[in-house]
Amino acid sequence: MSATAREEILEQRSIRLPRLPAPVLLLMPAIVVLAAVVIVPLCLSLYSSFTPFRLTKPETFFVFIGLRNYANLLADWDFWAAFGRTVLLLTVALNLEMLLGLGLALMVEKATRGQRILRTLLMFPMMFSPILVGFQFKFMFNDNIGLVNNALQALGITGTAIPWLIEGHLAFIAILVAEIWSATAVFAILILAGLLAMPKEPLEAARVDGCTPWQTFRYVTWPFIMPFAYIAMTIRSLDVARAYDIVKIMTDGGPAKRTELLWTLISRTAYSDAKMGLANAMAYVSILLSILFTVYFFRKLAAARTQIGAEW
Amino acid sequence: MATVSLKKLVKRYDNLEIVHGIDLDVADREFIALVGPSGCGKSTTLRMIAGLEDISDGAIEIGGRTVNDLPPRARNISMVFQSYALYPHMTVRENMGFSLKIANEPKAEIERRVNEAAAILDLNHLLERRPSQLSGGQRQRVAMGRAIVRQPDVFLFDEPLSNLDAKLRTQMRTEIKKLHAKVQSTVIYVTHDQVEAMTLADRIVIMRDGHIEQVGTPDEVFRRPATRFVAGFIGSPPMNLQEATVDDGKLRFANGSSLPLPRQFQPNVAAGQKVVFGLRPDDLYPTGHGINSGDDADVHGAELPVSITEPLGNETLVFAEFDGHDWVSRMLNPKPLKTGDRIGMSFDLSQAHLFSAETGRTLRG
Repeated sequence: MSATAREEILEQRSIRLPRLPAPVLLLMPAIVVLAAVVIVPLCLSLYSSFTPFRLTKPETFFVFIGLRNYANLLADWDFWAAFGRTVLLLTVALNLEMLLGLGLALMVEKATRGQRILRTLLMFPMMFSPILVGFQFKFMFNDNIGLVNNALQALGITGTAIPWLIEGHLAFIAILVAEIWSATAVFAILILAGLLAMPKEPLEAARVDGCTPWQTFRYVTWPFIMPFAYIAMTIRSLDVARAYDIVKIMTDGGPAKRTELLWTLISRTAYSDAKMGLANAMAYVSILLSILFTVYFFRKLAAARTQIGAEW
Repeated sequence: MATVSLKKLVKRYDNLEIVHGIDLDVADREFIALVGPSGCGKSTTLRMIAGLEDISDGAIEIGGRTVNDLPPRARNISMVFQSYALYPHMTVRENMGFSLKIANEPKAEIERRVNEAAAILDLNHLLERRPSQLSGGQRQRVAMGRAIVRQPDVFLFDEPLSNLDAKLRTQMRTEIKKLHAKVQSTVIYVTHDQVEAMTLADRIVIMRDGHIEQVGTPDEVFRRPATRFVAGFIGSPPMNLQEATVDDGKLRFANGSSLPLPRQFQPNVAAGQKVVFGLRPDDLYPTGHGINSGDDADVHGAELPVSITEPLGNETLVFAEFDGHDWVSRMLNPKPLKTGDRIGMSFDLSQAHLFSAETGRTLRG
C-alpha cells in the first residue's frame, strides 16, 4: 500500500470516529473511577433524600416526594436533640482536648531527655481502634465491675455505685472522657510540632523585654502555635462530627436516646428502621454542620497564619 | 546608664569549660566590642550578661549591682539579636512598644517613645507593617528601635549585622555609630568582624578559646598587639608573621634568609631565642611606594621576586617571596607589576613586632 493511500484511509477513519482531545482522553480513567466511586453514589444518595426510599421496599426509590423528608426533619425533635448533642460534644471535647494537648505539648517540649520516647508514648491512644476504646471505657465505667467505681469506692470518695453509663448526663461525660482520651494526642502532637518549629530567639527577646514566663507564653508562644491548634481543631471537628463507633459501643445512643448523636441516629434510621431516604436527608444536614465547622476553622487558620507571617 | 563588670566569669556546660574566668570592666557610656573567631566564647559571655545563660562561676555587676541570679527582665538591658528576633505577629509599632506594654506604661507614653525611636531610626512610614513585609535592613532597624525604646542601662548587640549584605552592613555600621552618639549609653557589641569592631568601639576585647587576649582601643590593638593571635586577627590584609631565631643581632628565618633585629627589641631578646616576627603589609612596601613611619635607619631593603599582585585601584597588594613564603605588602601609587618581576622592597623595622614563639606574647618591653 502506498503511503498516500494509507494516509487517505487514516483520514477517512478519523472522519468516521471523531477523536477526543488528548487531555480529556488522558483524564478519562480518573473520571471513570471518580464517577463510579464518588459522583454516582453522591447523586443517588442526594436523590434518595427526596424519596420515601425504604430498604425493604425497593420500589419506593422511584417515588419522588420533593422536600418532604427535609420538612419532617425540621419538625423532628429527636433529630435536633441529636444535632445539638453533637455540637455540644464537639465544642466541649475540642476545647478540653486543646487545653490538655497544649499542656502535654508544653511539658514534652520542656523534656531535655527522652523526648522521642515521650512523643511515641503520646501517640499510643491513636493506635487503638475506636471500637476497642469504646469497649475499654465501657468496662471501666461499668457500675458494678468497672475500674472507675472501684477506685472511687476504694478511695472512700463515694459509697454507692455511680451509674455511669445508665444516667444520661453521666453517660455523656463517660463518652466525652473516652473521646478525649483517644484524641488529645492529635492536639499534643500538632502543637508540639509547632513548638519545635518555633524560632527560639523571639522567646529570648521576650525575656529580655521584661516578660514573665506567662507573658512570654501569652504574647509570643501562643500566637505562634495558634495555627497548629487550628489545624488540629479542623481535623478533630470532622472526626467528632462523625462520632459513631465509641458511642455505639458504650451506650448505643442510650439510655433512652440520652446520648444519641447524629450518626448513631442516622445509622439507626437507615438500617434498623430501613428508612434510607430519611436517613440520607439527615446525613446531608449533618454534612452541612461539618462543612460549617471546617470553613470556620479554616478561616481562623488563615487569619492566624497571616498574623504570624507564616511562609507555609 | 551604667557600668558593667565581669569578675572571674566562668561558663561550663557539664564538664566542658568554654569561658575561663574572664575579667572586664566596661565604663559608663562606653562602646565595647567583643571580637574573636567563632567558638571563642564571646556570644556566650554576652548571653550571660543578658541573663539568657546561667553563670557557672564568678560574678556580673551592672551599675554596681550583682545580677548573677536576676532574670533578664530585672537587669534593665536591651538586646539586639543576629536574626533580629522580631515578634512576627506584631506590627513594627507593637514590636517596638511591647516591652513598655509589658511594663504597664501608659498608652500615651508608649506612643511618644515609639515615635521618638522611629524618628531616630527613620521608621515612621513602616510602623504599621509586620516584620515579614520588611527587608533585612529594615528589620534590623526595628530590632534596634525595640532596644532603644526601653531606655536601658546597657545595650547588648549579638552580631547584629551578620545577616546583612556587605553594602547594607557598612551603612548600618554608620547608623549604629550615630545611634550611640545620640543615645549615649553603655554598649557591648559582639562581632566576629574586626572591621566592625575597629570602626565602632571605644575599646576592643579580643577573645580566643574562652580567654581575653587583649583589651585596648582600636589604635592600641592595631599598633601594639599583645599577642601573636591579636596581631594576626586585627588588620586586613593580616600581618605577615614568620618564625625566626635570634642570632648575633639578626633574625634568622627557617630557610636561611635573615633580617636585622629591630632596635626596639634588642634589649628584650637573648641569642638563640625562638621568636615570631611580624610586619604589617603597610610597613613592607615596594621601595618608593610606601610611607616610612620611623627613622630611615630602621628601613631594611631587599630585592624580592613578585609572586602575585592584587590591584585594588588606589593601591595594589603585592605578594613577594621572602624566605620561601609569600609576604603581603601594600603598594601605594601602584605601578604595573608582573609575576616574576624582581623589585626592591623596604622593611620598615621600626614598626615590626616580635612575639615569643613559646607563649605568643609580645616581646616589647
